[in-house]
Formats: sequence, C-alpha cells, structure tokens
Amino acid sequence: MLLPVLKRLGDMVVAMFGISVLVFLIFFAIPGAEPASRIAGRNASPETVAAVRLSFGLDQPLPVQYLIMMKKLFITQDLTSFVNRGYKVIPAVMNAAPITLSLVAGAALIWIVFGLLIGVLAAAFKNTWIDRLLMVMSLIGISMPAFWLGAVINLFTQSRWHDYWLFSWVPPLGYKPFVESPKLWALTLVLPCFSLAVGYIGIYGRVLRANIVEAMQEDYIRTARAKGVSESRILIRHALRTSLISVVTLFGLDFGQLVGGVAVLTEIVFALQGVGKITFDGLLNLDLPVIMAAVLYSALFVVICNALVDMLYILIDPRERTDG
Amino acid sequence: MADALRNLLEVRDLHVAFRTSRGKVQAISGVSFDVAPGEVLGVVGESGSGKTISLLAVMGLITDPNAEITGSIRFRGKELLGASNKELRSIRGREIAMIFQDPMTSLTPVYTIGWQIAEQVRAHGPETAKQARDRAVELLTAVGLPNPGEAVDRYPHQLSGGMRQRAVIAMALSCNPALLVADEPTTALDVTVQAQILDLLARLRRDFGSAIVFITHDMGVIAEIADRVLVMYAGRVVERANKRDIFLEPRHPYTHALLQSIPPITGDRPRRLKSIAGTPPSLFAMPSGCAFGPRCTSRVAACSAVPGLTGEPAHQAACFVTGMR
Repeated sequence: MLLPVLKRLGDMVVAMFGISVLVFLIFFAIPGAEPASRIAGRNASPETVAAVRLSFGLDQPLPVQYLIMMKKLFITQDLTSFVNRGYKVIPAVMNAAPITLSLVAGAALIWIVFGLLIGVLAAAFKNTWIDRLLMVMSLIGISMPAFWLGAVINLFTQSRWHDYWLFSWVPPLGYKPFVESPKLWALTLVLPCFSLAVGYIGIYGRVLRANIVEAMQEDYIRTARAKGVSESRILIRHALRTSLISVVTLFGLDFGQLVGGVAVLTEIVFALQGVGKITFDGLLNLDLPVIMAAVLYSALFVVICNALVDMLYILIDPRERTDG
Repeated sequence: MADALRNLLEVRDLHVAFRTSRGKVQAISGVSFDVAPGEVLGVVGESGSGKTISLLAVMGLITDPNAEITGSIRFRGKELLGASNKELRSIRGREIAMIFQDPMTSLTPVYTIGWQIAEQVRAHGPETAKQARDRAVELLTAVGLPNPGEAVDRYPHQLSGGMRQRAVIAMALSCNPALLVADEPTTALDVTVQAQILDLLARLRRDFGSAIVFITHDMGVIAEIADRVLVMYAGRVVERANKRDIFLEPRHPYTHALLQSIPPITGDRPRRLKSIAGTPPSLFAMPSGCAFGPRCTSRVAACSAVPGLTGEPAHQAACFVTGMR
C-alpha cells in the first residue's frame, strides 16, 4: 500500500522538474526570445535591460540561468516584476492561491454532491420523465457559460433586487479571508462557487448516469440479482461503486485545471483576485516573471491533483494496488 | 397433484418473446420440463437455442422491459411468474442459486470475494458481519479453495479463473439452495480445471443435496454429470430422456447429429468430424414447421407442420419421422 504511494510521489517530482525545464526553455531559449527585454517590459530603458541581464545571469550558460530562475522562484522567492516596479511575484501568487482554492473547492463540493445525486437518480429512473427532466436540466447547466451566469447572478443580487429579502444576505463582491471572518468568507463564496459549479454538475450528472447505466449491463450485476440482493443495493453498492472510478479521473483533471487558473472568468466576474486573474493581468502586461510563476504554479497544482487522484484510485480500485 | 410435490421445479408451456424494432421475436416457444429434488438435469443445445433464456426466466432475471413471458413456472408448487420482486428476491440466492458462464466478469471487481459471499448470506439471514465472514471461509473450504482464510480477503482479479469459479460456486451454495442453476460453468475454463469443477459440483450435490440444472453445449460434460437430459433447438425442447437413452438411443435427428459431432476415442481417427449442415435458424426468420427441417437429412412432407413431443413419458422426442419409434 505504501510503495505505490511513494512511486507516485516520485513520478510527481519528475513531472514537475520536466515542466519547469520546458517552461524555462520556452521563455529563455527559443530563438528570438530575448528574455532580457521581455522581462524588462515594453519601452524599457537600456539601463533596465542591463539590470535584468545582471539579475537573471543572462550572460551565463543556460543551465545556470535555469538554476538562477528556480532559485528566485522557490528558494529566495524574490522574483520581482520590472513592468510593475517593486511588485513581488511570489507573494502575489501565494495570496491569490487561497482565493482560487476556496472558490474551486467550494464549487467542487457543490458539483460532486449534485452531480452524484442527478446521476444516480437519472440512472435509477432510466427512461422515465424523471430521467429526461434531469438530463435536460443538466444540458441547460452545461450550456450556460459560467461568466454569463455569474454576470446574471450579480445583476440580480448586487443591483436590481439587492434590497429584496431573498438577496439581502449577499455581501459586496470581493473576497474576505477566512481568518478575518469565517461567516463573510463563506457568504462571499456561495454565489461564485455556485455559478462555477453549475456546468460541472451537468457534466458529472450525465457522465455518471451513462456509467451507471453501462455498469448495470455487466455480468456482475446479474450475479448480484441472482444472489437476491435488493435493487437499490445493487445500484449503490455495485453499479455506482464501480462507476466512481471514471468519475474520479475526470474530477482530478477538472479540479487541477480550475485551481491552476482556468476559473479566471468566474474570478473576474466576481472580482476575486485569484490565480486566474493574476495570470490574466500578467499576460495583458506581457510581464514575464508573473507569467512564469503563474504557469509553474498551475502546473504544480495539476500535477498534485493528478497524484492525489492516483492515490485515490488505490483506495477505490483494488486492481490498482497490485501493480505497485 | 402428487407430481407437484415430487418435483422441485415445474415449468409448463413457457414462452418468451422480445419486442424488437424488427418485430416480435419468439425466443422460447412452449418449453416444459421438471426438476426433481437432488437430480441433475442437463440442458444441451447450440448457442441461441434458448437454454440460458429459459433458465433466466425461471430466476426472474430477464430484466429487458421488451420481454413478454407467459406460461407457468412453479417452484415447490408456488407460481413464480408474476410473483412480486420481493418474493422473487427471497427465493433467488436462497432457494435457487445460479452460477454463470464467465467467472472473470461475474464478480464485482471492487469487493473481496469474502465480502461478496457475505453479502448473499446477509441478504437472506440474520447473520452478523462476523458470522457471515466465518461462513464465507467455511464455504471456500468446502469448494476446495486453497488457503481459504486468506482467500476470503482476495479481490477477484487476484484469483485465477478456476479459483474464481470456485468462489462463485461457494457463493451460490451459501444458503444451501434446493436448486442450483449452472449456466455453462466450465466453458470459460481450461480442460483440467473443467474436470475439477465438474467433480466439485458432483461432490457438492452429494453433500448439500441440491438439484442442479446444468446448461451446456458440451455432450461430454452431459455424459459426466447429468441424470436426465433436455435437448433444445431454436427455442423448443426437441428431446428429453435419461442420459443413457440420449447417448444410446437418440430419437431426434438433431440429438443424433450432436452425438455424431463428438470425436470417437477408439478406432481410426475420422478424417473430418461430422458437422451439422447449415446454421441454426435466425429468430427473425423461423422456418414454418419443424425448425430443424432445413438441416435435417430425414426430412419428409409431414415436417412442414410443427411436431409435438411424443413417446412414453420417460423418453420423448419432437419428430414425425423418428419420434414414434
């Protein structure tokens, strides 16, 4: 049980190293990349470019440049933006991370609960009106872009009907750290999480329904029926249990991506200074240090989430345990 | 009424049809048979002859909403067709258990075999988790799984095909069923493992006293284990007799042809095995009259009508030409 976990941790380190090298090469070694003037920003004076060259050791061989970059990113953590003078990149990303993490974790909780509920109900009532209604509803959910839904929610809760009793609890847009006020933290996150989750609820509900319906055709379901086990137990303990394996795969990919900054549109609509927003701003300003830090941060999260999913596999699928 | 008490299972005039986009398909047409306590009934026939469907109907395991099942299926005198799901559930697994063809796919991959046996034990009895587990170990011992105390915590993928089939058999026996339906339980196994499983079933029948309905297409397996034999073709019973009569005096041309297709173990090796010309009829295009007619070498004019089973009660065949003999 421990060995496969260690093996996956090892894989994770190797993947992270590979990604960091690749990202570094893209920005530093591609012909015409001119890292010094990129880092210095548009319309930089020659003095600034010279300062960048010195600070990043750009007159030295590539491997040394890579090490200097990694040291600035991970050890001294003093990578600064030249476009935005004095802007410390790492603390900015570190401050943004909990915001994105809260948003995505909250959304994930919502979409897992409702996705499971919809998938199981639809499969249990396959081909009845309940199934059809749930499937149409999830299709509508998938079709609504999260940013549009967010904007509509804001329209109602922030301006038009804000004083109406139904929405009077909604705090102003923005983020409140948990340590300052757990209640406000939760309240500010409810609507952003919900609007981010809606599309995923639809996707997970549909995927799970399809998986359960397929699993119900398996021979082991017939065996369970022949044993005299009740239909509801067959659905939950046999069909749902085996269907969870593919849902967990999907979840690892989605969660990793979202934490890595894919939730940018939701963050912008709800004025959350998350990782997506920081990456977005970095790209707008062509601010290379910010982009590098953000890209590596998202890669780190995708890798961590996938490693966690792999470990979750070991837990839920006994067949994964022996190949260690 | 004496019959009803003597027989464990009585199937009368069973019809199973499926509504499909190409019209209604008759999979089983008027199948009747009995199973007495403790006997082994062999059911033979080619793939698609309706062997499995008729036994799935007995178990109430045809879940296709497009299936139409009529006739009568009585177990210990109690009608099963039209019985509620709850009633069926209390019989399935407890009084009638089933072993399936492919042990690789008939166990849920994410649970240990002990868990799966315990699930059945606890579905029908008051046992605690601990007692059910002990019972699982006991059953695994009875079916001859090596090291049962450890095997009980194994997952299906950690066992070989033969071991899995033993686990499935242990599960089927967990409630001492009066009737065990074995649907080609040896087809997916190697020949040596096949022989072990057959021995096991024969021994368990002695020890547990269960009647067995053994579905197969292998006449060799029938010779090994059956008391009486039911030969099915295209959804009908074409011959039924005790084992000796089936092998020594087959009456239906189809049974005869099936026996001809077994290689002899003495004498010269034949150049080619005799096979039955043609293929079984498609359910969508049943010939009118005797379904075996188009492939039959003894065909006569009368065969354009459907033959019924004739002959003395102990040996009947559905053939105009040879059935009366």
